[in-house]
Amino acid sequence: MGKVIVVTSGKGGVGKTTSSAALGAALAQRGEKVAVVDFDVGLRNLDLVMGAERRVVYDLVNVIQGEAKLPQALIRDKRLETLFLLPASQTRDKDALTPEGVERVMGELKRYFDWIICDSPAGIERGATLAMRHADMAVVVTNPEVSSVRDSDRIIGLLDAKTLKAERGERMEKHLLLTRYDANRAERGDMLKVDDVLEILSIPLIGIIPESMDVLRASNIGAPVTLADARSTPALAYFDAARRLSGEVLPITIPGEKRGIFGKIFGRKAA
Amino acid sequence: MTKVLTDARSIRIKGRSFLAVVLSPDLPFDDWLVRLDDLAARSAGFFLGRPVVLDVADLPIDRTQLKELLGEFAQRNVSIMGIEGARPSILAQGMPPALKGGKPVSDEAVAKEPIIELRNSQSKPVAAEVRPASQSIIIREPVRSGQSVIFPEGDVTVIGSVASGAEIIAGGSVHIYGTLRGRAMAGSVGNASARIFCRKLEAELLAIDGVYKMAEDMPPGLRGQPVQLWLEGDTIMAETLI
Repeated sequence: MGKVIVVTSGKGGVGKTTSSAALGAALAQRGEKVAVVDFDVGLRNLDLVMGAERRVVYDLVNVIQGEAKLPQALIRDKRLETLFLLPASQTRDKDALTPEGVERVMGELKRYFDWIICDSPAGIERGATLAMRHADMAVVVTNPEVSSVRDSDRIIGLLDAKTLKAERGERMEKHLLLTRYDANRAERGDMLKVDDVLEILSIPLIGIIPESMDVLRASNIGAPVTLADARSTPALAYFDAARRLSGEVLPITIPGEKRGIFGKIFGRKAA
Repeated sequence: MTKVLTDARSIRIKGRSFLAVVLSPDLPFDDWLVRLDDLAARSAGFFLGRPVVLDVADLPIDRTQLKELLGEFAQRNVSIMGIEGARPSILAQGMPPALKGGKPVSDEAVAKEPIIELRNSQSKPVAAEVRPASQSIIIREPVRSGQSVIFPEGDVTVIGSVASGAEIIAGGSVHIYGTLRGRAMAGSVGNASARIFCRKLEAELLAIDGVYKMAEDMPPGLRGQPVQLWLEGDTIMAETLI
């Protein structure tokens, strides 16, 4: 059975879609079968970031409403044969997602794939709650600034209350992915520091993705950053995050800081 | 270090709960209103001067239908004090406010009159809520933004932080073994001896027995410190803990 990961944040524009695509491609490059599911019905973006926008025939809503079979809607990536995309519908809205339909699609995906990555829409409404509903673990994408951190905190509360795992009384595994991090601005006090964010959210960190032009460039050419330029700093950070998701223990490095700091960060796990 | 935080003329805001009758109409409304009239005829004055909450959860109605229904109630002199379970889109200006978080109570508490069938289906007697005897609760994880812990029966202890946008409302004292960034209200049902303790004070709002204090009114020297707060008269006092 595959593992379902929800990539969520509450706030928009923090990098959920970029991170979903990058983590999906990073896991697929390790030879594992990965499906990335776009839950942002009505405002789909994942197809663009993954360069599949011209190959969308059927989408998640078609599958949920029984108008298409799951294999018909899944789009295989042209560069990685173990990476698949289940696009969202652009012409519908989130009310087209039904709890039963999502449950059926998730159940089916779990049989075929090792990883199912659910790219959640922003907000805390239907789309976001359905995206997190069946998750086994969550990646909370946060920017180092106060509004993003507070929204993430709200989402963590929902992950502990509104998911199937929570309702069964189990603990949802949650990981923090800090994106758009700029060490210089954090040092000047324009941004929250890593420690401040960890202190507030108190969930384990799986990666710090630096603010970088490489991310934008990758989006524009329609490739996950881990495929577009596998040796760029954001790609390396995503590769490490993907390894941590699979259970490996690696030291976390803060991009742009001197080596001396590594000792402090080494092996840190938030409470 | 003891500081006076409020002057004597503060405004008191308190929480208080009242018992209301909840009406849950079903569709079509015409039939339901006939049965309501029948009920009212058999028990004259049942709705007179009683707070009535309208429960429209799970009803597929739009704003016009809700408006008409409210009109029907007005004609029958049933005053609706709030609407429960309504989607925000069907509420409009001039309608009673939306309510949420209602708890069921036993039927006996509602009516001293002979048992009255308020719901149309078979009556499901609601079991009286069993309150635990313990006078304190302990929360072992951080209280996240958007969550509220409400415990009128006694003390609340949180092992972890209370996030910005979260709130703790306790009948007794509030103890936070972490950073208090959200709101803490102690003695919420009228208990002037309740206190607030926290390991690090970054609170948005503090209240004891209805006396409030906003973050802006707190002396900067207390921020980030371990602090306890208590009430002397109508004045919130604060001191740092060692």
